[in-house]
Amino acid sequence: MQAQETQNQTSGRGSGQPPLVEMRDISISFGGIKAVDRVSVDLYPGEVVGLLGHNGAGKSTLIKVLSGAYQKDHGEILIDGKKVEINNPRDARANNIETIYQTLALADNLDASSNLFLGREMVTPFGLVNDAAMEAECRKIMAQLNPNFQKFNDPVSALSGGQRQSVAIARAVYFNARILIMDEPTAALGPHETQMVADLIQQLKAQGIGIFLIDHDVHAVMELCDRASVMKNGQLVGTVDIADVTDDDLLSMIILGKKPGEKTE
Amino acid sequence: MTETSSQPVPQKAKANLFQQLELDMRLLGMIGAFIILCIGFNIVTDGRFLTPRNLFNLSIQTVSVAIMACGMVFIIVMRHIDLSVGALLATTSAVMAMTQTELLPNVLGMGLNHPATWAITLIVGLAVGTLIGAFHGWMVGYLTIPAFIVTLGGFLVWRNVAWYMTDGQTIGPLDSTFLIFGGTNGTLGTTVSLLFGLAATAIAVWALWSGRRSKAAHGFPVKPVWAETTLAGIVGIAIMGYVLIVNSYSIPTRRLERMFEARGETMPEGLVVGYGIPISVLILILVAVTLTVVARKTRFGRYIFATGGNPDAAELSGINTRMMTVKIFALMGFLCALSAVVASARLANHSNDIGTLDELRVIAAAVIGGTALSGGIGTIYGAILGALIMQALQSGMAMVGVDAPFQNIVVGTVLVLAVYIDIVYRKRLGAK
Repeated sequence: MQAQETQNQTSGRGSGQPPLVEMRDISISFGGIKAVDRVSVDLYPGEVVGLLGHNGAGKSTLIKVLSGAYQKDHGEILIDGKKVEINNPRDARANNIETIYQTLALADNLDASSNLFLGREMVTPFGLVNDAAMEAECRKIMAQLNPNFQKFNDPVSALSGGQRQSVAIARAVYFNARILIMDEPTAALGPHETQMVADLIQQLKAQGIGIFLIDHDVHAVMELCDRASVMKNGQLVGTVDIADVTDDDLLSMIILGKKPGEKTE
Repeated sequence: MTETSSQPVPQKAKANLFQQLELDMRLLGMIGAFIILCIGFNIVTDGRFLTPRNLFNLSIQTVSVAIMACGMVFIIVMRHIDLSVGALLATTSAVMAMTQTELLPNVLGMGLNHPATWAITLIVGLAVGTLIGAFHGWMVGYLTIPAFIVTLGGFLVWRNVAWYMTDGQTIGPLDSTFLIFGGTNGTLGTTVSLLFGLAATAIAVWALWSGRRSKAAHGFPVKPVWAETTLAGIVGIAIMGYVLIVNSYSIPTRRLERMFEARGETMPEGLVVGYGIPISVLILILVAVTLTVVARKTRFGRYIFATGGNPDAAELSGINTRMMTVKIFALMGFLCALSAVVASARLANHSNDIGTLDELRVIAAAVIGGTALSGGIGTIYGAILGALIMQALQSGMAMVGVDAPFQNIVVGTVLVLAVYIDIVYRKRLGAK
């Protein structure tokens, strides 16, 4: 099983197939400041690509272009080798791109199942929302993700950080995502819940889902990712295979903006 | 989940009485406040407050503000505000007054009291209200001007557009059919009211039952049967109680005589005819039920609450929040026009000061009814109860003979106090 997984990964990349996602030469600026400057990254099925960099390096901005929250000024996005236009979150969803935002993007006043299905409610034949059916689905997926979760009728504001995170994750994985964006998914979590997310990432990888993982934490990236793309000041420092680098290499890319092997001045 | 549907779930059995009923404590508090208010005024006025006549009048006086308060709930839940509703009511009322007294009879030569006048007037008024509301919504949603500013401007504009259209004069008398929307001039009569009450009770019981059945079908916990029965009983008593009260308020003999004279008949000696449910109250019930279904059971309603809870999350979920803004303001405009129909028909004319200060009453009704100005929380029935409480306070004080300035001082104080109690209550619950 483990071996097969590894093989899947390698066959995903380097088999001549087009990448699942390719972002080419993406630029976006806000009020004259280039938040992302001609950055290219790609992602293959069953692969986790870490996006690293300081606060303000542009990694969240880059990924919001893919999730439809921002519109790029320049560049193109290819999915399965075909050019796509992503102008809003609806377009992203239509391309099976799901995002778990750092802020979780939950409506605090609604319950778990309303959040899970927000924007994609199940309806009865009369066109009314089918709360009972949605709650049943919500209970099913939560039983897999977080079996301790019981507060199905409370607003999510009444949930703990880990429970809220599992609602956000459930929303991303429920709708058969092919491309998953995780923006610091473990930032607000305790050790137990962090492990839960790590296990989930392995599970999703095995299903052939491609994951962009944004993180500060070099150790987490070393543990979870296959490749890492490092950004600094809106530009791409470089993309490396995790197997070829050490923690220190990644750190120096983040801090100094140098690829391993490059001379520091 | 192996419990059968008729059995209480273990952890619920330990909960107290109110928790078992799963009733909103805030709702109970408001109903309690309203009942205490009514009984208090009844004692002070030596039993003049709780008479069929006064309760009938109380309900038709509440309708106009209550209809608008329903729309205001959606506006405030989406974190906006509408300060222009009273002015918009005045403009739509003026438009309808001019349509039925000037445009249709004189300009189009249909003459006075043409059978189609009321319908055309209604359509024109509702369309104008909806359009103006949508225009406000467009400015808020697409031009991103704060709703406070758009509707503050609208408040000045529409109040004075109404003035300009009518030269500040009182326009009347209005079309005779149009007047049935006002209250005393249009009621269902006792028999139809009784049937309506029975039907409404049956529908309410059916709604409770089908909600329970759908929960049970998925194996979710349901309330104990006795709690469900009690709830159904309370709802039934409330509906039938109101019907019996308005049925027992009989049309004054002199008025009845005139009604018979108008038809060229003579009134039988000793005839007593009850009013029954006013058409305007029926309109309010229709609005309330429709909007409650919209709020709870449609995507549109779900998105209103989601946007109020977290606008960014709603946007990221692919909800077009700008278009939503246009729609809720359009709905508000429609409801203002509907209120204008009720208000002008009740007064039987359009006066220049119609709807003055209504914006504040409407916002106060929604807020007293538990709508949070921070957005995301609010109920239609709460807003209607809020409107009812305010109207009861106002007319109760008038009956007692409290001076006009004190009436407003009390209403203002109650508003602030109600919101404070709400804040304390929410803190206790640990919710935000």
